[in-house]
Amino acid sequence: MSRSQEVLLDVKDLKVHFSIPSGKLFKKPGLLKAVDGVSFQVKAGETLGVVGESGCGKSTLGRAVLRLLKPTDGQVAWFGQEMGDMKAEELRNVRSDLQVIFQDPLASLDPRMTIGQIIGEPLITHYPKLSKTEVKEKVKAMMAKVGLLPDQVNRYPHEFSGGQCQRIGIARAMILEPKLIVCDEAVSALDVSIQAQIVNLLMGLQKEFGLSLIFISHNLSIVRHISHRIMVLYLGRMMEVADRDAIYAKPLHPYTKALISAVPIPDPVIERNKEHVALKGDLPSPLNPPSGCVFRTRCPFAKDICAADVPALKSYPGDREAACHFIEE
Amino acid sequence: MSDIILEVKDLSVTFSTPEGPVNAVNNMNFTIKAGEALGVVGESGSGKSQTFLAIMGLLASNGTTTGSAKLLGRELIGLSADELNKIRGQSMSMIFQDPMTSLNPYLKVSKQLTEVLVLHKGMGEQAARAEALNMLDKVGIPEAEKRFDMYPHEFSGGMRQRVMIAMALLCEPALLIADEPTTALDVTIQAQILDLMRKLKSEFNTAIVMITHDLGVVAGLCDTLNVMYAGRIVERSSVDEVFSAPRHPYSQGLLASTPRLDEKTHDNELVTIPGQPPNLQRLPQGCAFAPRCIHVQDRCLCDRPPLFETPSGSHNACYREEDAA
Repeated sequence: MSRSQEVLLDVKDLKVHFSIPSGKLFKKPGLLKAVDGVSFQVKAGETLGVVGESGCGKSTLGRAVLRLLKPTDGQVAWFGQEMGDMKAEELRNVRSDLQVIFQDPLASLDPRMTIGQIIGEPLITHYPKLSKTEVKEKVKAMMAKVGLLPDQVNRYPHEFSGGQCQRIGIARAMILEPKLIVCDEAVSALDVSIQAQIVNLLMGLQKEFGLSLIFISHNLSIVRHISHRIMVLYLGRMMEVADRDAIYAKPLHPYTKALISAVPIPDPVIERNKEHVALKGDLPSPLNPPSGCVFRTRCPFAKDICAADVPALKSYPGDREAACHFIEE
Repeated sequence: MSDIILEVKDLSVTFSTPEGPVNAVNNMNFTIKAGEALGVVGESGSGKSQTFLAIMGLLASNGTTTGSAKLLGRELIGLSADELNKIRGQSMSMIFQDPMTSLNPYLKVSKQLTEVLVLHKGMGEQAARAEALNMLDKVGIPEAEKRFDMYPHEFSGGMRQRVMIAMALLCEPALLIADEPTTALDVTIQAQILDLMRKLKSEFNTAIVMITHDLGVVAGLCDTLNVMYAGRIVERSSVDEVFSAPRHPYSQGLLASTPRLDEKTHDNELVTIPGQPPNLQRLPQGCAFAPRCIHVQDRCLCDRPPLFETPSGSHNACYREEDAA
């Protein structure tokens, strides 16, 4: 199945703020704006890559979409229906269509359950009427699909390597045949040779089932390979969103430019002669973000207006958006 | 420039475990010259870190090292902790992946830095402070003077790694061993740290060992490369050669399976190395890579291939090298 125009997930102006105790008696608690006004859509069969540095809010965004966290403000609509208005039962039904894969494959699996129990648990929760043999059959079929040996169904997670544990996590996410999977740094903890196996598996499953993916990662090379569209976050705000090849061929936002030029290319000739757009300094504290454009403290092109006004997210030709005062059209 | 800084001969590391001995590193042979950056890549458990922990004398207590490692002509293996302490931090230093756990959280950064100079160089407190401040400036800590008397937790991750590097460089060591120094850092900070290491190499002629799993990092910094698999070197060559024409099937697979940011690859499947990384306790009899190798022959399963010399003088542990000769 290829990408269609059907919008699965429509996120508008999503905000997730955390209140951080100041530690002092009469001082007001600080407000950490982990995600601050992010809007995007995910279409059927599409992969949206989410990149950014640590603390940019990419994981919080994933959790808010899954309703593992309650957003402070904004709308998250699933097939046009606002998730915030759903009753618990409705939300449970939606959840069988919305799954997640985590970074640490071993830590996200219960060590005292066999992998058959782990993979089958969502089935038993959502379809309590299924018989034991039906569950077992479905589990074994899914194990074969993700590249695990079905006769290992009674083994425990510690008997598997990291890459295999991630396959177990994928089987658990896939068993309900969901429409959208949030992959939160799903391949970051794996060796390079195993990363490629898991990326191929995810892309294969996407082709077969028409899955949509939100692929959260700090590894830009893998994100470029797996995604259709890519969103760049910085300190909880969207800097740019565009098609995967467009964003690498011609990044509009200075932060995207810097991020891309910082990624080392595994080719000594290119890497030695590459021009680096070096970013100075560190990420500012998210508790006390810069005024105006949050990126201005590290931006090589910052002017006075960047401190005064927050640049709005504007559309540019080629179905892309970016938030910077100085993009030439 | 042929002054050899580190000469490793037949170095092996064995750990005794309840399940029996595990050979983490086997018969390593290599040299590093002044101003050379050696990259070391391999999967987790391939022995890339243990090789250099053994050279530093920092193995866990159940590990034993055999063979020889000479730093500037002086044998390191078998030295007592007291003797090693005179060398570590003085003529060789190591920086680690996680700077927070390698800095002492109870001591001010100034104390941790000056300590090195007072101990190794016998400097006075004042002179040591000046020297340490100077080094913090060099590694690019902004407002070093203001931050000098802060504690490690008041620094960001990238800054802490700079403090670690500054500490490692205070005595101008001949050899700097960096064990995944940028893995825990964001890419923009990684770029800053790699810039710094390139400068060290060209300005101080420091020999650098860069242990990493990121081939991009190797491409940008290193001159030579050891590719390790299951505790052995499977290919040792110049960086240009490995990247343009890798010879060992594992190096080939590793390069091919790394997606590149500068290439459109979306419509193709990534090349993968099939199978799982080996378990060091149950290594196959022949070549450890044979179960995952697409070129496997019968003899790979019975006899382990030695490290063959290639026509260009690099090394490759694969029978196909012999067949080609």
